[in-house]
Amino acid sequence: MKAFWKSMLRHPGGVIGLVILFITIFIAIFGPTIFPTSPWRMVQRPFLPPFTNPAVLLGTDALGRDVFAGIIYGARVSLLVGMVSTLVALIVGVPLGATAGYFGGRVDDALMRFTEFFQTIPSFPLAIVLVAILQPSIYSIVASIGIVSWPPVARLVRAEVLSLRTREYVQAAIVTGQSNSWIIWREILPNALSPVIVLASLMVATAILLESSLSFLGLGDPNMISWGYMVGAGRTVIRQAWWITVFPGVAILLAVLAMNLVGEGLNDALNPRLAKGSR
Amino acid sequence: MTAAPAVSIKNLKIALPKGAERPYAVDGISIDLIPGEIVCVVGESGSGKSMCAHALMGLLPDTVSTETGEIAFNGGNLLKLDEDGWRDVRGRHIAMVFQEPMTALNPLMRIGDQMMEMFEAHNLLTPKERRAKALGLAREVGLPDPERIVRAYPHQLSGGQRQRAMIAMALALEPAVLVADEPTTALDVTTQAQILKLIRDLQRRRNMAVMFITHDFGVVADIADRVVVLRYGKVVEEGTAAEVLTRPQHDYTKALLAAVPSMHPPVRAPLEGREKAVEVIGLDKTYVTSGGWFKPDRSVRAANEVSFDILQGETLGLVGESGSGKSSVARLVMQLIKPDRGTVRLGDSDLTKLTGRALRIERHRIQMIFQDPFASLNPRRKVGNIISDGPIAHGTDAKVAMQRARELLGLVGLDAGAMERYPHEFSGGQRQRIGIARALALDPEIIVADEAVSALDVSVQAQVLALLEDLKARLGLSMLFITHDLRVAAQICDRIAVMQRGVIVELKPTAQLFASPEHPYTRELLAAVPGQSAPPQAA
Repeated sequence: MKAFWKSMLRHPGGVIGLVILFITIFIAIFGPTIFPTSPWRMVQRPFLPPFTNPAVLLGTDALGRDVFAGIIYGARVSLLVGMVSTLVALIVGVPLGATAGYFGGRVDDALMRFTEFFQTIPSFPLAIVLVAILQPSIYSIVASIGIVSWPPVARLVRAEVLSLRTREYVQAAIVTGQSNSWIIWREILPNALSPVIVLASLMVATAILLESSLSFLGLGDPNMISWGYMVGAGRTVIRQAWWITVFPGVAILLAVLAMNLVGEGLNDALNPRLAKGSR
Repeated sequence: MTAAPAVSIKNLKIALPKGAERPYAVDGISIDLIPGEIVCVVGESGSGKSMCAHALMGLLPDTVSTETGEIAFNGGNLLKLDEDGWRDVRGRHIAMVFQEPMTALNPLMRIGDQMMEMFEAHNLLTPKERRAKALGLAREVGLPDPERIVRAYPHQLSGGQRQRAMIAMALALEPAVLVADEPTTALDVTTQAQILKLIRDLQRRRNMAVMFITHDFGVVADIADRVVVLRYGKVVEEGTAAEVLTRPQHDYTKALLAAVPSMHPPVRAPLEGREKAVEVIGLDKTYVTSGGWFKPDRSVRAANEVSFDILQGETLGLVGESGSGKSSVARLVMQLIKPDRGTVRLGDSDLTKLTGRALRIERHRIQMIFQDPFASLNPRRKVGNIISDGPIAHGTDAKVAMQRARELLGLVGLDAGAMERYPHEFSGGQRQRIGIARALALDPEIIVADEAVSALDVSVQAQVLALLEDLKARLGLSMLFITHDLRVAAQICDRIAVMQRGVIVELKPTAQLFASPEHPYTRELLAAVPGQSAPPQAA
């Protein structure tokens, strides 16, 4: 573990990503308590440009709502959706991939064809359809993003398990009479974890983008403000009031960039042999 | 000894990075390589012998640094060279043959092109002349049908042929010095014998200086003019082959030589009238690789009508070269793969008929020790868990299983502190002991050892073999011992079965097999065991 942090901290991009990520998490958790103004409240005249009134630092939108408050509260939705939907994707993808890889043969064929079925449908339209059918809410958004993003996880886990199951220690576990579920859970998956962690961190970034895109199209949870919704709402007035779209856009950019940097850092830290070759 | 050395390594010191187990990988070594002489550098793993070879080629990894010393060649010091200088020396003056013929050749390039690359890299000859040279080299190293083989890709060649191709490449520019880093370790005994003879012949014909790195004293006896014994990066003994092999001075050399198993099987207690522990009847297994749409399927018969039985308390050896199907038989007996036909009977239960839970329950009666001590232990589980997982899966209380694991560690000669540590903290020999403890944890009747000592250094190998013998006698175990090493088989087996291409060609009591082999393949195998011409001292 110590060595892991050491090599993680040696990666400058990873450190920057971690710092941004921690700031975002901090804002998501404590932002609303520190900054209690509701993002839905009209606090000033509409279209107030940024940096003119210190009380409304980033200006106001078309209805006179505080853009800064929107960004603070939006962090919650973005992070929550990003992480929970990734978790959903892992919960579906890991067992499925592990089962397919471990048992092989017909089980593998069946599960992989099922996976391919999802892979052949473009993920964003599928997410739109799912959210539209299920009614936009934070739950349906999380579920639909989870559903469209598990196939890569299943494929990755399957590939890892395929190579690990022929290892001698797995054969030793079979020979000592351990059950299949125990072998998958205790012998194989812990050794397949590092690439999955890396993939998961990148998936959080993709999920944040997906959520923003859904909200942009007006399919966000109507009761929760999100960065994507703000960009979408400000889109029509972008020529008169650039700040309404630009600041939430920058927030999305930073959050996604942070997750990508963290993912890259994790990749180097968890696969030290690859890292040495690349630098 | 009168000729001037082609290369001389003087007081070479190579520093390891901080935190390594010792400060110097190579600690003040001096070796002269004289034209027309083969110097064998012998040592166990970690002795620094490969580091020496790599220093001579300028191929040291970035993590180590040469502290002092000199490699004198042609009036210059090789250690002072820059990359350009090295490129000029490598191949043209000093050439190398690597250990692993599978990975040392580029799989996407034809053999002939790889040989021609040697000339190309040094801007020598015209393409036409290079082609002719490549053909000549292929002929010189005894590759069959040279015209065809220079157009072949590496995967179309056998291991021995690939190693010949590597040697041809090394010889292409007529180097003064050849460095061979364990060139025969990955090969079968019969192939090894041929490659050794080839290196010997070529070295005589071209009057080269050869530095031959090996861990195998049998090979040393067959090929060396002079021997340098290394330990912890230091030279412990140096002398002519005859001197070192017959009158070793240093205790370490003596111990190493004593650890080499002898070809003379010891007398073993008769086992007549005992019950059969395992009966294997008519096992068949064919692997079929799908050839795709345009090629026919490829099938390999790994086991063909394999039948044998093992008496209680007996050790049956299964010997053969790689690809003979001996490991497949081990896996068939263990039910790790299902046979196409045949029966494996333990007492009154037929393992091949069982599946699922019923098979899992019966599995404790037959346990396996694996070949690779590094791959056979889960790197993310503590040793205590690795050993106790089996009994816990069979319903033993966790506390009891842990206590038993502690006892077993004592039994295999490790202290109980090992329980809380991870596999990577142990050496190869210690890991193999952990593997043995794991196999014993289920109180099996039969142990299947698949090349259980092949990956270990000779001295460790001797200890592990002794441990196996002792445990077997104490616990009344039967054993199926799979190995490619006839010396090891001679020492530990009551009977030996020789396998070739999936068929047992001969099955006899050990002493009888060594004294009067009947099948031509058995004879060939026995003749190819290295180090028989000048047998090292018997232990």
